Amino acid sequence: MREVAVLGVGQTKFGELWDRSFREIGIEVGLQALVDAKLSSQDLGGLYLGNMASGALIDQEHIAPLILDSVGLIHRHLPAVRVEGGGASGALALHQGYLAVASGLYDFVVVGGAEKLTDVPDETAARITSSAADQEWEVVFGATLPALWALMARRHMHDFGTTREELARVAVHAHEMGSKNPLAHYRNKITVEQVLNAGPVAEPLGMLDCAPLSDGAAAVVLGPMELARKHTDTPIRIAASQVACDTMALHHRREITRLDSTVVAARRAFDQSHRTPEEVQVAEIHDAYTISALVSLEDLGFVKKGRSGPEFASGRFGPGGTTVVNPSGGLKAQGRPFGAVGVAQVVELVRQLRGEAKDRQVPGASVGLAQDIGGTGATTVVHVLERTN
Amino acid sequence: MSVARFWRETPRRYNLGGSKCTMCGTVYFPPRTVCPECTSHRQSIEKMVPFQLSGEGEVVSFTVVHEAAEGFELQVPYALALVKTREGPVLTGQIVDIEPSAVAIGLKVRATFRKLREEGASGVIHYGYKFTPLEESGSLPVAVSGERNST
Repeated sequence: MREVAVLGVGQTKFGELWDRSFREIGIEVGLQALVDAKLSSQDLGGLYLGNMASGALIDQEHIAPLILDSVGLIHRHLPAVRVEGGGASGALALHQGYLAVASGLYDFVVVGGAEKLTDVPDETAARITSSAADQEWEVVFGATLPALWALMARRHMHDFGTTREELARVAVHAHEMGSKNPLAHYRNKITVEQVLNAGPVAEPLGMLDCAPLSDGAAAVVLGPMELARKHTDTPIRIAASQVACDTMALHHRREITRLDSTVVAARRAFDQSHRTPEEVQVAEIHDAYTISALVSLEDLGFVKKGRSGPEFASGRFGPGGTTVVNPSGGLKAQGRPFGAVGVAQVVELVRQLRGEAKDRQVPGASVGLAQDIGGTGATTVVHVLERTN
Repeated sequence: MSVARFWRETPRRYNLGGSKCTMCGTVYFPPRTVCPECTSHRQSIEKMVPFQLSGEGEVVSFTVVHEAAEGFELQVPYALALVKTREGPVLTGQIVDIEPSAVAIGLKVRATFRKLREEGASGVIHYGYKFTPLEESGSLPVAVSGERNST
């Protein structure tokens, strides 16, 4: 297996992109990434596309060849594969692209992620995104995706004393970061009081504890490290790409306050990259809900189990902290186009590790981590990236 | 949801029919054909037997849902809980016959047969289990067929 590098990146604005089609946003990011990588179309080996629910959202399955065709590459008859794993679809597509290049079967691939969540009414989008939970034994009995995370939050508060204020700080931080990101869905700053007083969704989670429904796309070009310097002065090494799965239903987990898929994926990723959490200066983690960010910090190994509330509140994960979390604004403020999220996390890490993140820049960032979750934790994907210069 | 997809689960959704591994004794709901606990799990195939849960359990977590799942809009706000049954398996279900604000971790409950939702004004009606606070007197809600095996 050879080393794999990220050679180029591209991303659309995230938000309500009613005037832009799925094809258009796919084309935009694909071409942006290819240009950024100075990769000739002649050298491209294939496309991996992360997308959760195009069939339900825009009545279109089989979308990978559609995007390949839209980008004008169909006459070479390249392989194009769609990858799905709930909210982790984009990160899973990245894992597949990484394996393709590491194996030597392909030299250069584009990995894209895209989703159009706002073409349908909100209730329809909420129902479709709940399809990442257990339909037969959770959703049929009245569960939604936020309700399931709320069950985890309630127990976390009971077992460890986590408070609603500590949860709220995750959302406040996300918006603080998002205010500096021109691509973010939400660029407004918010306060703890606003989060606590927002309309309830599934108690203890309110409207501002939950990431929005967004449209958006992101893409990266992957290639072998041995050829990277022909394409970029700042190749970013993928030091680890790991996936772990767990039971679909929250009620079947060994501990409902612990994401074993995150624990295991992180352990595998730190083993593969020979790194520890202390060495990670910048992390893009799954803050779809305030509780998911706090539990993820524990299960990735950044804090001890149960300690995420007070540790986050201390500012350790904010600007100037030991590990800056979600400088992009995260899922909460940058936005949550499900299939694009995992790829966008890596786009942000690449910009940070290249030193190109402008007023979001984490000074001296050389090791980054991205974590993406599907459903309530049935899949976790962890990537570790490193600067090479 | 298609009629077939809901209909084939009725022994589980109506009567809490689970399974038990005869090799290690673990009880499962919904039923399984292989036991994830047994170290040589393929050897547990054909060693799993049907097992009727009592329906009694305790709330281990709950939420009050304001933005409903599809079909549950008229029930908002409703309490949804994780219930750990006496026999071990944890289930997800609504807590009913009690104010949502009165639901707490540790509340003792029992499964009961209720209407879950309907598919529109003239569509199929889905039934299944919800949970009510356990009466101290020990009186039982009436089950579907009048028969109820207690274990």
